[in-house]
Amino acid sequence: MTSTIKLTALAFLAGIAALPVAAGAQTKPKAADPALVDAYIKSTFGKASPEWQQRITPDETLKTCNAYRNDVPPAEAEAITKRELAKVVYPSDGKYLGDWKSGAKIANNGRGGQFSDPPDTVSGGNCYACHQMEQAEVSYGTLGPSLMHYGKDRKYAPEDIKAAYTKIYDSQAVFACSNMPRFGANKVLSEQQIKDLVAFLFDPESPVNK
Amino acid sequence: MRHSVIRSAVAVAILLCAAGIVRAQDSSEKEIERYREMISDPMSNPGYLAVDRGEALWSEKRGTKNVSLEGCDLGMGPGKLEGAFAKLPRYFADSDKVMDLEQRLLWCMQTVQGLDTKDIIARRFSGPGKPSDLEDLVAYIANKSNGMKIDIPLDNPKEQEMAAVGEALFYRRGGVNDFSCSTCHADEGKRIRLQGLPNLSKPGKQPQETMGTWPTYRVSQGALRTMQHRLWDCYRQQRWPVPEYGSDALTALTVFLQKQAAGGEINVPSIKR
Ligand code: HEC
Ligand code: HEC
Repeated sequence: MTSTIKLTALAFLAGIAALPVAAGAQTKPKAADPALVDAYIKSTFGKASPEWQQRITPDETLKTCNAYRNDVPPAEAEAITKRELAKVVYPSDGKYLGDWKSGAKIANNGRGGQFSDPPDTVSGGNCYACHQMEQAEVSYGTLGPSLMHYGKDRKYAPEDIKAAYTKIYDSQAVFACSNMPRFGANKVLSEQQIKDLVAFLFDPESPVNK
Repeated sequence: MRHSVIRSAVAVAILLCAAGIVRAQDSSEKEIERYREMISDPMSNPGYLAVDRGEALWSEKRGTKNVSLEGCDLGMGPGKLEGAFAKLPRYFADSDKVMDLEQRLLWCMQTVQGLDTKDIIARRFSGPGKPSDLEDLVAYIANKSNGMKIDIPLDNPKEQEMAAVGEALFYRRGGVNDFSCSTCHADEGKRIRLQGLPNLSKPGKQPQETMGTWPTYRVSQGALRTMQHRLWDCYRQQRWPVPEYGSDALTALTVFLQKQAAGGEINVPSIKR
């Protein structure tokens, strides 16, 4: 008697626990054991240098994103944004706006970080891979939202300028498991490069706002 | 003569692919139909030069045993090529491994022919004046599955393991940009710069059309390329380290992609941008 009640309760709980996963997933076969996946990765990428190995070792944040395929529950999401926000280093001079002309070049530059790049390559932001920005550039991707008129639409408000700096420095400080790279936190872009990109988005003279 | 035909074919291919977004547009249906006819015409598709070279390589006696690859079992019995590619990767009892076509060919070269594969692997991706035995053999063998449907076996526990690991790898983020395959291939109608991205996360038409058209003659590279090269290039864009050629993670991903593509019709070598 009690055991049947327990069983139904368990089934009920299991049903609830399965819900959020089931809603997003299509076919949910047995998930692979993470240790097994690591062994496959080792056999395929194991010859890379320790520095490269480090790059594909997931940190706490990516571990969570991988486990939930980016569809993280609210508590996990909160833990991630909190952890990532702590990584953001703001400019010591309090100035967020650099040179928009240089920012325009960084946004267009997709070099850096590929195994085919010479190791001393200065990385670009590759923003156009995912975002529309200035109107004249028609070769833009659609993985992210359009950023056309970004500063103008926000009336060049100081808090939005700071928020954009945060977003570029560490996208996940704002949105857990965002598909956008964490440019500052992962040391892809320097503080100056990020300031230049913020200027590209927020300088009234920038073509983004024309 | 053959060259100018090839050149105009290539021009059409560039046009079609430049409009990668065109994929779904009805107005282009007729163009696509024309393109389909063209890719299956050995006179217009340079990929067929690789098919011809592959045919010669398949029956050439090589290695310490001085035999051809005709004793190689690709899953349908030694020397049987019809339909073999449609069922790869699959589990092979003799090697106790799940193998894709390229891994299997390397295994056969070593064990059946007694061939030292070092030079073969060094030439895994062709370049100007440097043909690739593997690309040519894959073109020839895959072509023998034309008109057939992708149908890989998934009964063996090792095949199931590969499919599950492949799926996990598809969602595994990493590298300086935190990218995974799913960053670029898990949404509908997205593009990176101007290149349309197939959604490979759901079984159906997009994975079917993708997997049914590899190997392909890549106009931008002037070479026939296989899935090993496509995944190598995607891992490059993903900012991951160089993946080892013919290694297990690549085969696992291929098993996963073939599973998503089940039922898709094979028509290769195709022509792509
Ligand atoms: C791989 C894709 C990708 C790349 C590359 C990328 N982004 Fe994003 N970005 C996104 C996505 C997806 C979003 C929306 C989800 C989110 O907010 O995280 C976004 C959101 C943003 C936002 C917030 C938009 C809003 O809603 O207010 C800003 C600002 C931004 N990106 C700037 C940039 C800049 C600048 C670069 C280049 C240095 C860049 N992004 C590169 C994918 C990308
Ligand atoms: C940063 C972006 C990016 C990432 C990450 C990425 N790809 Fe791609 N992928 C592309 C682009 C761009 C193309 C070429 C599209 C074209 O030329 O039409 C492509 C093409 C492909 C194709 C062939 C599509 C076709 O229609 O022929 C396959 C299969 C594929 N990718 C699988 C993968 C897998 C598996 C992974 C993970 C290991 C991956 N990709 C990671 C950008 C990416």
